Order: sequence, then structure tokens, then C-alpha cells
Amino acid sequence: MSENYNDNKIIQAQSSETVSAGGSGATPDIDYVRPAEVLEQDLYHGHSFITKWVFCQDAKVIGIQYFLLATFTGIIGLILSWLMRLQLGYPELAGFMTAEHYYQFVTMHGMIMVVYFLTALFLGGFGNYLIPLMTGARDMVFPYVNMVSFWMFFVAVMVLMASFFVPGGPTGAGWTLYPPQAILEGTPGSGMGIILMLVSLVLFVIGFTMGGLNYLITVLQSRTRGMTLMRLPLSVWGIFTATILAMLAFPALLVGGLMLVLDTILGTSFFMPTILKAGEVLEYGGGSPILFQHLFWFFGHPEVYIVALPAFGIVSDLISVHARKNIFGYRMMVWAIVAIGGLSFFVWAHHMYVSGMNPWFGFFFASTTLIIAVPTAMKVYNWILTLWRGNIRMNVVMLWCLGFILTFVNGGITGLFLGNVTVDVPLSDTYFVIAHFHMVMGIAPLMVIMGAVYHWFPLVSGRMLSEKLGKWHFWVTFLGAYSIYFPMHYLGFIGVPRRYFEMYDSPYVTSAVGMNEFISMAAFLVGAAQFILIYNIIKSLKTGKLAGKNPWKANSLEWFTPTVPPEHGNWGNKLPIVYRWPYDYSVPGAKEDFIPQTTPPSKVSDTEVEKT
Amino acid sequence: MHAGIIFFLVVLGSILFHIFTPWYWTDIASNWGSMDDTITLTFWVGGVVFITVCLFMIYCVFKFSYKEERRAEYKPEDNKLEKILTIATTLGVIALLAPGLIIWNQFVNVPKNAIEIDVMAWQWGWQYRLPGEDGKLGNTKVVNINDNNPFGIILDDPNGKDDVLIQSEEINLQNNRPVKILLRSVDVLHNWYVPQFRAKMDAVPGVVTFYWFEPNKVGEYEVLCAEYCGVGHYAMRGSVLVKDEQDYKNWLQEQETFSELVAKQKKIEFSETKLAKK
Repeated sequence: MSENYNDNKIIQAQSSETVSAGGSGATPDIDYVRPAEVLEQDLYHGHSFITKWVFCQDAKVIGIQYFLLATFTGIIGLILSWLMRLQLGYPELAGFMTAEHYYQFVTMHGMIMVVYFLTALFLGGFGNYLIPLMTGARDMVFPYVNMVSFWMFFVAVMVLMASFFVPGGPTGAGWTLYPPQAILEGTPGSGMGIILMLVSLVLFVIGFTMGGLNYLITVLQSRTRGMTLMRLPLSVWGIFTATILAMLAFPALLVGGLMLVLDTILGTSFFMPTILKAGEVLEYGGGSPILFQHLFWFFGHPEVYIVALPAFGIVSDLISVHARKNIFGYRMMVWAIVAIGGLSFFVWAHHMYVSGMNPWFGFFFASTTLIIAVPTAMKVYNWILTLWRGNIRMNVVMLWCLGFILTFVNGGITGLFLGNVTVDVPLSDTYFVIAHFHMVMGIAPLMVIMGAVYHWFPLVSGRMLSEKLGKWHFWVTFLGAYSIYFPMHYLGFIGVPRRYFEMYDSPYVTSAVGMNEFISMAAFLVGAAQFILIYNIIKSLKTGKLAGKNPWKANSLEWFTPTVPPEHGNWGNKLPIVYRWPYDYSVPGAKEDFIPQTTPPSKVSDTEVEKT
Repeated sequence: MHAGIIFFLVVLGSILFHIFTPWYWTDIASNWGSMDDTITLTFWVGGVVFITVCLFMIYCVFKFSYKEERRAEYKPEDNKLEKILTIATTLGVIALLAPGLIIWNQFVNVPKNAIEIDVMAWQWGWQYRLPGEDGKLGNTKVVNINDNNPFGIILDDPNGKDDVLIQSEEINLQNNRPVKILLRSVDVLHNWYVPQFRAKMDAVPGVVTFYWFEPNKVGEYEVLCAEYCGVGHYAMRGSVLVKDEQDYKNWLQEQETFSELVAKQKKIEFSETKLAKK
């Protein structure tokens, strides 16, 4: 790799591409790109194993670190879900499991999957890897802070995992951690467990803020010449908007968490009213449990979109590349992402219709929640309209995308049930809710993650993943996951409440036993299928087909680094210059069915490019 | 096999599952049939959208699968189509939301003739209190709760003296008479939920929450706690007996009132003098 590009700190205005623009001007230069306004970034290059791979400042390595650690926590979350399903489907085989264990597994599974797996993976993993490459930057703007961000995440995960080993075990308060029960005896892990959970979350938020500032400022300030905001790939738009949401939403979790820690340790009463327990009045009084719920969901609902928006963005890019067609309605897609992001701050109390808050809130939050369905539906239409008259490669990446569309539409529509306050009342706190949010923010984003892994693995490793193993992985995961969550909605219709260790012999749910067994079998299978991917990755790293440059014939910048995989600094001696949006696929008149973002108009002057 | 066929079978399977499922809602036993109607409406609108989108997608992957010599269409935007889709979606959303809000309006407005029932929850159990002949419940305080005053009724409150106390997880309701469930908790969140009545609401320590329904089928129903309340959550059950008016009144007469309890225990006294001064 070239380590000396920093030596040629040319102010780009003087470089050859732009000189002609200032010329006599009889014919305006169609390749003109505004000159750079700032000097190039100085980067610290690691020289030892430690600085290159451990305390590394390269966003790509940090992205992979995030990815691996998030995957590790995800596997823990997966194993916990197996244990839960064992208890629900085959309680006679789960004799070792007490109700305490079960609630601890439920809690840790939920928190791990939402925060430490999905959020860390999308923003920390894909964000770090893709933002500099897709925007044409050499790295994140604050590489050192970026490194610290990952290590804060690492410490947060360690603290979380440590809670498995403290007296009383991890918290079993449910992932929503509602007080008063979260910090009172009667809930497992109400001592050390809950404190470690809250400390871990606080560390996560601090670390995440460091990363998030990087993502935002890099997108805003570090784009290469010609990369206007409306030429950004939708992946970047998704991650960027999700990061803004995270910056605004996580503080609510932070203060909620800190106050709950104070209630636990110092005996303050932010969320604790007068409480009678075992015949004695506790030394609390005057606090409001519902206040915590407002704080939690003010974070918790945008959190759903912190996971969803990057998935929306990434899947748009994958569909476009593999359907060989421009994403349909790019501007609408961008505005839909921004609108969903904005609206997501006005819907939080739809999680609280039956929480005991003033019921008149229901009118407002049902309306805002259903309004958000409009931009979301527009995104779905645009994905399928991108397929229309495309030239669709039915490869593994496309399969994951199609799986995403199907599961997302399914989960989105059940959201219309739960968002519409009246319909929510009978379904709230039942398995319908579990089925809904796993379909829409578990399975659907997971489909995108998997598609993205198959899509970008060649860039990260230089080798292709096996398509054959990939197809097995996809079909088992997709069909299995769908058969877990689709029937589960019907348990909710029966009225089976969530977070029940055991149903006993409730007269109207005895018929659900058979379904629970089936769901558990499917869950074991889907979990096991994920090891196909791990095997595929390990095998392909050694023996996979060499990818070469740009194996998918994509347009966006990350495929145009001088070396594959890209090295530190990404672009060798010269930053790329961008002349068009990343979706010029199958342009009439062009020789090939794609025109990379770096191709100047003069080279494709006889094509009928509509949008640049 | 073409992937599109499998996707088609998934959609078809979903429809068939919905039509033939033996798992569906438990027979309703309250006035909230309108909630079931909104579910059905949402199913129709949502189902049509789901099926249409998926079939369109499946058609595309059959019709436009990759051919070396073919080129995709190049059409970045279509303002007219996007506008039509936006308007159609907005109309669909309004069609779902409007009935929902109308029924919610009924849900938050309790009928005047509803009997108030104080449902008191703790880890892990329920007990109930009904107004006496005055039709009013006495006010309560958590700190007043003890063996002699199991509901924590404020002794100064004359409304509380004739309150009917039911120190049992089982409550009787009168058929076809609306009830306003007043929920309170002495420790953590709970939720008094009977699937057959459809409605539910959290009991929150520190405040009194409410909801209402009108049972319309005589029978026995299981009460489930629907808000996670610690390790005994799954075992926190109760039961409701819905009875005809005469049976209900007979049952009610057998129950003890607060003043009867006080008289029996002889441990606390009502502060009559204080009231007289007022």
C-alpha cells in the first residue's frame, strides 16, 4: 500500500481535472467537478500487530471488530432463545430451568439482540466499513475516537456478560427493565444483575456516541469531490439518518438508566411510588413508574428505526445492483428515510396504550403511528418497482432481499394492528406482539444483514462465498423463521400472554401446545442453520473463488479502490471523483449495463443518462 | 425449482393457514365485539396489500430474471405513479384509523351506569372491592394496608364503610351490566386481563387506572396477569364468574362489608368524631 499519499498534499483546485473549467469557457466542460475545499486528512498508520489489528484506527478494521463482537453476542442471544424455546415447547426436557432462569434468558436475549447485536452490527459494523468507502473518504474524521468507540463497546459487552456470573445472576426484568419490579426482590437479578445491565447500557451509549459523531461528521464533511448528498448510496442515507436518531434517542435511555441506578443504589424515588412489599412499606415514595416507560420508549421506538433504516438503505442498494436497475424513485426513498426518522420520535407511546397513561393519548399516538405507515409503504412499493422490468440475478444476495421484502411487509402489516390503538388492546402483551416485532425488526433486518454479508464479503476478503451453501443457508433460515413467527400471531389471537414461564392448564390454550412444539423445532433448526454461514465464511476465506475487482458490476465507490480488499486510506494516491449517482444501471446507449460513479460524462457521452 | 415457486407457496400457505387455522380468537364474552371487527377489517386491508405486494414481487422474479442479452428498463422516477400510490396508501390508512379511533372513543368514555370495582393487585395475587349501598368506593392509601384493613381504606371516608370486600382471587360479575375496573397495585406493575373480555389495562402502583366492559355471557373465565411482574407472573391467575342478576345479588349479599369486618375484629375504630366536626 502506498503510505506516502499524504506527502502530495495538493490542493485539488490545481489538479488537472479541473483546470479546464477555468479556461476560456466557450464550451463548458461537462466533466467539471468543484475543487476540494480542505486539505486531505492525516492518518495514523499502524506498524505493529497491536496498532494494526487491536487498537486500530482504520474504520474498516473497526467495522470488522464491531461485526465480530456483535456476532459473538448475537450467538449468545441465539443460544438463550434456544433455551427459552426448549422450556416453551418441551418443558419436560427443561427440568433444569427455573422460572428465574427463564426470565433471565428472556431479558438477556432481548437486550442483546436489539442493542448489542443489531444496533452494533448495523451502525458499528456496516457504518464503519461502508461510510468512508461509499462516500470516498480516506477514513472516519476522528479515527482515534472511533477506535475508543469500539473499545467502549467491548467493555460494555464484558460488563453485560459479567452479569451472568454475579450473585443472583443477570437481571430478569424483561428487556424493557420496567421499574418498580426491575429493582425489587421478586425479580431475578434485582441486585447486581440490574446494576450491571444499566452500567453496561451507559457504557454502550457513551461508546456509541463517539462512533455516531464520527459517522455523522464523516458523511457531512468528508465526502469526496462530486459526491453530493443526493448522490449518496441509500445505504449511507439509511445509516446516516439512523445515527441522527441514535444521537437523539440514546440520551433518553441514558438518563432513564442513570435514574434507575440511583433508585437502586441510593434509594432515590424517580420511578418508585409508595410500595408495600411483604407487609412492609418500603422507603420509597412519590416516583412515577410510567415516567420510566416514557423515557424508555422515547429511546425504544426510534431504536426500532435505528435498526430498520440502515436495513432499508442497504437492501435498496442490494436490490438495485442485482436487479441491474436503478433504484426506483431515489428522491422519494431519501425523503421517506428522513420522514420515517423524524416521525419515529412522535410515536413512542404506542407501546403504552394499556400502560395506564391517560387514555386520551391514544388518539394522538394511533394517528402518528399510522401516518408513519405511508412513507414506509412507499419504500416497499419502490423496492418492488425496482424489480419491475429489471434484469434480476437470482443469486443468494437477491434471495435474501426477496426474503426481506416478504417478511418486512408481513411484519409491517401486523404493525398496523398494534399501532391502531383499539386493535392493540386485545393483542397487547400477547404473543401477537412477539410475532410482530420478531418478524419486522428481527427477521427482516437479519435478512438484510445476511444479504449484505454475501454481497460485501468479496470486498472485505477478496474471495466469494459459496453460492451453494448460501442457498441452503437462505432457505432453511427463511422458511424456518417464517414458520416460527407466522403461526405465532395466532397464539396472540387466542390470548396467550407473553413472558409466561408456563401456561399450566388454562382451558383455552391447551390447543396451543402442539404449535409451541412446532415453533420450538423450527427455532432449533433456524439457529443451527446459522452455523452454515460461519462454516461458509471460514471455508471461503481459504478456498473461495477469487473475487477480483467489482465482481457484482456495481457502481458505488467502495468497489473502486485501487486494491481489493481496500487498504488503510482506501484510495491509494488519489481520491476518487464522483460524476453521477450510484444507480446508473442499464442506461440506454451504454456499452455495459452499469456506469460507475467515477465515470466522467465525456466517456459515456452517447448515453441517455437522465439523472446524475 | 425456481425460487419464485417457493415464495409463491409461502404466500399461499399463509392464506390457507389463516383460513383453516384451529387457533383463532377465544369466543368473546363482552361488548367489545367491535374490537374483533377492527381486527377483521385490518386483516382484510392488510391481507390484500400483503398478497398483492408479494404476488407482484413473485411475478417480477419470474418475468424479469436475468438474461445476458437483455437490459433492464431505465426509468429513475415516475412522479405520477408515486403520487397515486401515496394517495391510495393514505386512504387505506385512514380507512383503518377512523374506525379504530371511533371505538377508542367508546373505550375511554365509561357508561354512567357502570359498577365500579376496585381491583387490587400485588405480587402475586388479586383481591376485589365493590361499592356498598351508597354506590361509592371509599378512598384508599397504600400505607393504611394491614391485616385489619386489607384494602387500606381511609377510615375517615364515610364512603368506605359499606364497601364490600372480597378477599379472594375470584370475583362475580352481573351479566349485561357494564363494569368499570379500577386498577391499583401495591408493589409493581400488573394487568388484569381476561381474554374473553378483550380489554386490558395495567395496574400501576401510585395511581388508579381504569377500563370498562360489559360481560354478556354467563360463565367462568380465567384472569391472567398481562404485565410482567416478576418471577411469579405466570402463576398470577384469578377467576371471574359472570352470573345472571338474581344469582349475582345472592352472591353479593353473602359478602362481608368493611364495617362488618371492623366490628368483627374490634381492632380499629372509625373516627366518627372527626367527621362530625367537619
